[in-house]
Amino acid sequence: MSSTVNQIQDLTQQEYKWGFTTQVDEDRLPPGLNEDVIRAIAAKKGEPEFMLEWRLKAYRYWAQQEQKHAEPKWANVKFAPIDYQAISYYSAPKKKKELKSLDEVDPEILDTYTKLGIPLHEQKLLAGVAVDAVFDSVSVATTFKEKLAEAGVIFCSFSEAVKNHPELVKKYLGSVVPYTDNFFAALNSAVFSDGSFVYVPKGVRCPMELSTYFRINAQNTGQFERTLIIADEGAYVSYLEGCTAPIRDENQLHAAVVELIAHDNATIKYSTVQNWYPGDKEGKGGIYNFVTKRGKALGKNSKISWTQVETGSAITWKYPSCILQGDNSVGEFYSVALTNNYQQADTGTKMIHIGKNTKSTVVSKGISAGHGQNTYRGMVKILKGATGGRNYTQCDSLLIGDKCGAHTFPYIEVKNASARMEHEASTSKIGEDQIFYLQQRGVSKEEAVSMIINGFCKAVFKELPMEFAVEAQKLLSISLEGSVG
Amino acid sequence: MSLLEIKNLHASVNGNEILKGIDLTVNPGEVHSIMGPNGSGKSTLAQVLARRESYNVTAGAISFAGKDLLGMKPEEAACEGLFMAFQYPVEIPGISNAYFLRAALNAIRKYRGEDEMDAMDFLPLLKEKMRMLEMDERFLNRPVNEGFSGGEKKRNEIVQMAVLEPRLAVLDETDSGLDIDALKIVAKGVNAMRSKERSMVLVTHYQRLLDYIVPDFVHVLVNGRIVKSGGPELALELEQKGYSWTEGQLAGARR
Repeated sequence: MSSTVNQIQDLTQQEYKWGFTTQVDEDRLPPGLNEDVIRAIAAKKGEPEFMLEWRLKAYRYWAQQEQKHAEPKWANVKFAPIDYQAISYYSAPKKKKELKSLDEVDPEILDTYTKLGIPLHEQKLLAGVAVDAVFDSVSVATTFKEKLAEAGVIFCSFSEAVKNHPELVKKYLGSVVPYTDNFFAALNSAVFSDGSFVYVPKGVRCPMELSTYFRINAQNTGQFERTLIIADEGAYVSYLEGCTAPIRDENQLHAAVVELIAHDNATIKYSTVQNWYPGDKEGKGGIYNFVTKRGKALGKNSKISWTQVETGSAITWKYPSCILQGDNSVGEFYSVALTNNYQQADTGTKMIHIGKNTKSTVVSKGISAGHGQNTYRGMVKILKGATGGRNYTQCDSLLIGDKCGAHTFPYIEVKNASARMEHEASTSKIGEDQIFYLQQRGVSKEEAVSMIINGFCKAVFKELPMEFAVEAQKLLSISLEGSVG
Repeated sequence: MSLLEIKNLHASVNGNEILKGIDLTVNPGEVHSIMGPNGSGKSTLAQVLARRESYNVTAGAISFAGKDLLGMKPEEAACEGLFMAFQYPVEIPGISNAYFLRAALNAIRKYRGEDEMDAMDFLPLLKEKMRMLEMDERFLNRPVNEGFSGGEKKRNEIVQMAVLEPRLAVLDETDSGLDIDALKIVAKGVNAMRSKERSMVLVTHYQRLLDYIVPDFVHVLVNGRIVKSGGPELALELEQKGYSWTEGQLAGARR
């Protein structure tokens, strides 16, 4: 596993240097969105009828919403209207078949990788070169697949799941985030190109952390991906999502959906380190990261835990949430969101307590620098039947400089008198005296800032798997470079 | 060669001139005490030596170990061996004392081209210094200065000094806020660090500290100038006569 970790680290330590484009032949639909486009996507993917029907229903719902201009407008973010007809909804490099050596890879792609500073064996992985057993990474990937199969864990791309496990997809797709949930979820349901699928059978503890790293690079997922994770009774799975892989996205809208389902006594831990292109220092360009993530703690004693480190994207609109349906179920949300330059983030969570004795914990750390605007938006809802429901929310903001902003919108709705709620919040400025103190001990200014920030984020970082925590710390430092004058 | 040589130093804060021409030479192994009433510029002098940006040097020169101190960033001065014990040590939430101090030590070692020290070698060193300052081991993993009492913070400063082993230690009002027992512990730590190579500048308002850390030289700073220099006996004289005595002398000298 360690070589994997090194790979991920090598990849993600790169600073964002995307100021170049690469000319490659692509299999690509012309811009525009209508029923024919939906049919074309389903046809290209060879999907069964039920998927097409579902996509079409989603599309029709979305089209209605679009007519009514029903894009969510309540978030504390500003951006020019998106022309949905100007986007191409399917795009894949043409040379999808496996190549025998790097010589067969488009030199333009190789050039891009070289510019990104990606080592040669990783270039092979990324380019989809048939991986022979010589390379560490490959043998790791192979043992990895074998080990999972042995345990009965299904971990594959969404497309493969549709082909090989249609009954599971049919049963669970849209069961947590229906296509009518919101504008962007509807759009995603209609056009999603691929994503991840995980099924952990009864009583199985997934023998390793599952990471999107292999899959994303092998499959070239687009910007509308969909993830579905099911943990059957007593199962455990930890899933890592690193959005730091060098994916070449031409369009700026990224609307993903993630659905988690935890049955009785099952636990799903979902960790994200998001570092999409944030735009330049003047706020030009960057990804609009409009994502719907929700988990259903369906069974008794089930647990869903979200941890996110959001450092990238021009705009982040994202509320990983938990529906605590099973009695004694537990929901957690640990978040670090950083906005620098002209980045905007409106992020938080919803904890919906339905079952008895349900418990939720929310720890949010917002960091604003430059002209960044950072909003925490959270809802804790204790329904009538949720006797003994408990929530603890802690929500801290850190400001660097005097041109950024931090905003907090906590909503609390309690319909059962036995509920116990705790809410703590703080806002602080990174102190010149703190930086000077560290400098006086020999630490450089940049390191001092990164140390102070890491201290601030400690409660969240300790929830991340070890390697990811190290990664996240480095990412924060890189993202903040130059923010302290 | 002198370790520290200050020549005609003028410095201002927010446009107000605080230091109005300081001359001071500190040789290796010497302990100098800078005494003076509130607002005389003692702490400003300490901050300027530590290269705090908000303190603006308007004239003069400082050489430290033969190098131009005024051309250094705070971390460069620190890496060259200048340590300041803060009057008000700063809290750094979420970062443990041990982690912080190892990061500091390694930054300095790296600057000097030495290998970084790993946690296995570092911890015994830190624990030894903490024992000397009578600090409980639980402070190892507590966030830097967070929730420490005033005395604990000051002792923690001296622990840091003992680990970082500076060539020049500037102690800014280290005695303020200490009860007599804590003062003795701090003084013991500081005295243990006195050596032929290491120099110290003690900035203090009261003579009390100098009962426990006996300086080689005492300088009286009034209104941004050193108005009187002498041996340890000068501190006692000051204690008896008060700072108004030196102010009177200064006025006399001007006339």
